[in-house]
Amino acid sequence: MEKFVKITSTAVPLPIEDIDTDQIIPARFLKATTRDGFGDNLFRDWRYDNQNSPKADFVLNNPNYSGQILVAGKNFGCGSSREHAAWAIADYGFKVVISSFFADIFKGNALNNGLLPVQVSDAFLAVVLEHIFADRNTQLEVDLETQTVTIAGTAISEKFEINQYKKTCLINGYDDIDYLLALRDKIEAYEKTSKYLSLVGLNQEQEIEA
Amino acid sequence: MASDKKTLFQKIWDAHVVTSIEDGPDVLYIDRHLIHEVTSPQAFAGLEKRGIGVFRPQNVLATADHNVPTKDQHLPIAEPLSRFQVDKLTENCAKFGIELYGLGHPFQGIVHVIGPELGVTLPGMTIVCGDSHTSTHGAFGTIAFGIGTSEVEQVMATQCLMQSKPKTMRINIEGELANGVLSKDIILYIISKLTMGGATGYFVEYAGSAIRSLSMEARMTICNMSIEMGARGGLIAPDDITYEYIKGRDFAPKGDKFEEAVAYWRTLFTDEGATFDVELTYDAADITPMITYGTNPGMGIKITENIPTVADLKEESGKASFEKSLAYMGFNAGDTLIDKPINYVFIGSCTNSRIEDLRLVADFVKGKRKAPNVNAMIVPGSKQVEKQAIAEGLDVILKEAGFELREPGCSACLGMNEDKVPKGEYCISTSNRNFEGRQGPGARTLLASPLTAAATAISGRITDVRELLNA
Repeated sequence: MEKFVKITSTAVPLPIEDIDTDQIIPARFLKATTRDGFGDNLFRDWRYDNQNSPKADFVLNNPNYSGQILVAGKNFGCGSSREHAAWAIADYGFKVVISSFFADIFKGNALNNGLLPVQVSDAFLAVVLEHIFADRNTQLEVDLETQTVTIAGTAISEKFEINQYKKTCLINGYDDIDYLLALRDKIEAYEKTSKYLSLVGLNQEQEIEA
Repeated sequence: MASDKKTLFQKIWDAHVVTSIEDGPDVLYIDRHLIHEVTSPQAFAGLEKRGIGVFRPQNVLATADHNVPTKDQHLPIAEPLSRFQVDKLTENCAKFGIELYGLGHPFQGIVHVIGPELGVTLPGMTIVCGDSHTSTHGAFGTIAFGIGTSEVEQVMATQCLMQSKPKTMRINIEGELANGVLSKDIILYIISKLTMGGATGYFVEYAGSAIRSLSMEARMTICNMSIEMGARGGLIAPDDITYEYIKGRDFAPKGDKFEEAVAYWRTLFTDEGATFDVELTYDAADITPMITYGTNPGMGIKITENIPTVADLKEESGKASFEKSLAYMGFNAGDTLIDKPINYVFIGSCTNSRIEDLRLVADFVKGKRKAPNVNAMIVPGSKQVEKQAIAEGLDVILKEAGFELREPGCSACLGMNEDKVPKGEYCISTSNRNFEGRQGPGARTLLASPLTAAATAISGRITDVRELLNA
């Protein structure tokens, strides 16, 4: 996974609440068997009409806004667990999503792909959006080390929370699987004590195999 | 001391912690991993890239459900990308030694329907699947939740998952349900109270006399939609109804093992005096047939209520999203939904496609006929449900009522396979999501119970089923 340290960028405002993962990437585009190329269909039905022409009123089609940071309304990423949503956002070129609330599964999926979900207060989100709408060249600084998001050139800043383990993973580009693979002995020891595995006879088979 | 009193959730969680990371998540052992064709291929590819196999292939079970057509399943899948994805699952399962109940197999079906019906889902377990409706299995007193594909790869590689312990919430439904009110109405009622993000960060236990009185299949419908209020999962303490359901199923423990299992399962309840981060209680008598009017499952009302107005919103910031939602649905604030003409009715999905749902619908429509304007589709959740329905003659009853009984799959729940609702059309659906475009681009979904769906199919307009039941 790519390391994440600090991003300074303009931002794309999408102040809609409860954006679900079906909007981020509709199910009919989930048929690929690789992780690549989902960005083309990011926000597909908000971005294109049924003739596949870009809808002028959608922010991704507005040449005034671009950047590596997506700023969205409360409860972003709710609904389906599809990691394709995180892949689509990252593949499009975003590195950070700022919102005042994230759905759990989306947050986990984003972190597992080096896409940083930054949860800020409702009030701070409103201020950030106000700045972006007043000046589309507004730069936001997202610093993972200090866990702060700042409107560049101002003193307007807010701290954000992140699980310290996940922070270490992002800064170093580690992933969970490397960590878990190293725990094999502990996992096998656990299996010998598992009530479920003993009830259904799965641990015995494993002992025979070992 | 209160601290040695545990909730049901805490008991199961603690029994599955392999180790804990300081300032970080727990390493949770996963008893069963369910997989399907959509969220697994990139995980298998990840394992290959790392040069490792599936750590415990015997703990993994696969089926094909999202992409499958619900007509002519004996023929190859016509849509090339769907066919490719299903074929990829078959190839990966063979390569990695995983049991697959694919198309044509007598156990094939929606992943959250087949787990319970095969006796794979048991109390006290941890179950994950790359699918947010994995919470369904919580009906057995199981910690079950949906995960992303990176986590699918994690579980394949190690049978473990890094998870931070969620907060706990208990929702009590006390009292008796009125005639015509189903468990689907209970969960739509709860979600309408909590809103779509109201349980985010929590694992919910459903309790109370109304929940205890429900069958296992009705309980599954409730746990299934936990994610629709943001909850990590939902569970219900196992009881005699649970053990009776499990007994004799294909993968359930048998004989002495079953007795040993039941003795263990009887320890799985929330201790008297254990505390929850949040506890809510609702009166079953206040629950009526429910329906959604907007584009998320929290936008639900009693079927006889009017659509709320902006003045009813709790937060000013939600105004734009609320108006966007009504514009998409083509509804006006303050309108009633009763008697609105409906052309599509879909009964199916992991929420409501089990044999009891089919029986309920067949019993209701027996001797009646759907309205001429309605396209009514009913899709069993699995091959076993389909077989049972035919054995009971439900197929004949449904056909005579003008309903089309299809073959098992996720069908029109998610607009991924051939079953879609046309642009602009309204569909009363027993599924779990009414998001924009969920049932196809431009489709407008109204979530409701199987009885409300059946009643609407008969009258051709949105109908309070209680009027027909009491007539």
